[in-house]
Amino acid sequence: MTSDSDGRGAVTFSAAGAREGFRRCLPVAAGVGGYGLVFGVVARQAGLSTAEAALMSATVFAGAAQLIAVELWADPIPVVAVLTTVAVVNARYVLMGAALRPWFARLGLREAYGSMFFLIDETWALAMGDLTEGSGRGAFLLGSGVAVWLFWVAATVVGASVGAAIGDPSQYGLDFVLPAIFLAIATELWDGKATLLPWAVAFLVAVVTADVFPGRWYILAGGIAGSLVEVIRVSR
Amino acid sequence: MSVADLDPVVVGIIIVMALLTYLTKVGGLWLLGHVEPSDRVDAGLSVLPGAVVVAIVGPELVAGGPSAWLGGAAVVLLSRKTGSLLAAMVGGIGVLLAVRAVV
Repeated sequence: MTSDSDGRGAVTFSAAGAREGFRRCLPVAAGVGGYGLVFGVVARQAGLSTAEAALMSATVFAGAAQLIAVELWADPIPVVAVLTTVAVVNARYVLMGAALRPWFARLGLREAYGSMFFLIDETWALAMGDLTEGSGRGAFLLGSGVAVWLFWVAATVVGASVGAAIGDPSQYGLDFVLPAIFLAIATELWDGKATLLPWAVAFLVAVVTADVFPGRWYILAGGIAGSLVEVIRVSR
Repeated sequence: MSVADLDPVVVGIIIVMALLTYLTKVGGLWLLGHVEPSDRVDAGLSVLPGAVVVAIVGPELVAGGPSAWLGGAAVVLLSRKTGSLLAAMVGGIGVLLAVRAVV
């Protein structure tokens, strides 16, 4: 985790710090808005109303988990599969939160635990960078999170409204939107050759499980198998 | 289904999703006061999101046939070259539709 030497001076929770986070995160937030548009469209296609999609974006506030949830969405809703997959794909936040602890442990409980709602990949990366430089801006995560949240929720509403107006999705290739966005996310998550083995295992286990078992359990099976391979690799 | 429709079951699921997500977000802050995550846990959790995403698209791509394979390849290429989600998606869907029109 974080070494003891970098950026461990005083940490304050100020409006100025939040404003700095907001300002620095705006370009990133606009980019995240692109994902929000797609989420709105596919959420509507999956059968959620615009209000439900907006509620999910406003309260869950975790892009990959939300996209996976609507990918799994069906009638009746596979509740257990949706919730388990959401928990598994969000498990990385535990690590990211742990990395912020050196600074956040020195804030008030309400400030620290309130800010953590706004933890996502993008705000985490920006806030870690800022805090490691020794800015002491404890409210940076909150400010940058608010910037992303505004774009994320607004884009969801726009996307869902557009999604409602579209007829047969496959006619425009819209049945390919989710696979395409997951491929784009995978490209961003690609971390060099070390990623190859766990991903290959995840792929193979998912394909075989999808063939053998009904339902969507292949997602968890593949994901956990890939993760376990990495754990074994590191242990040796 | 109207735009403002809020199904109580759906709202319930969304709230549980939100709580689960929030618990993972505060989990590290809370947990690290009690235990230090080992390198193994660290490695396993870091690789998990990518593995889950691969597990989602894998079977879909395999079942999708040549149009999905070529469209998928276009998405990966464009995403790497341009870094733009929009370009990758539009390009990938374009290739997919073109192949579907031919095959």
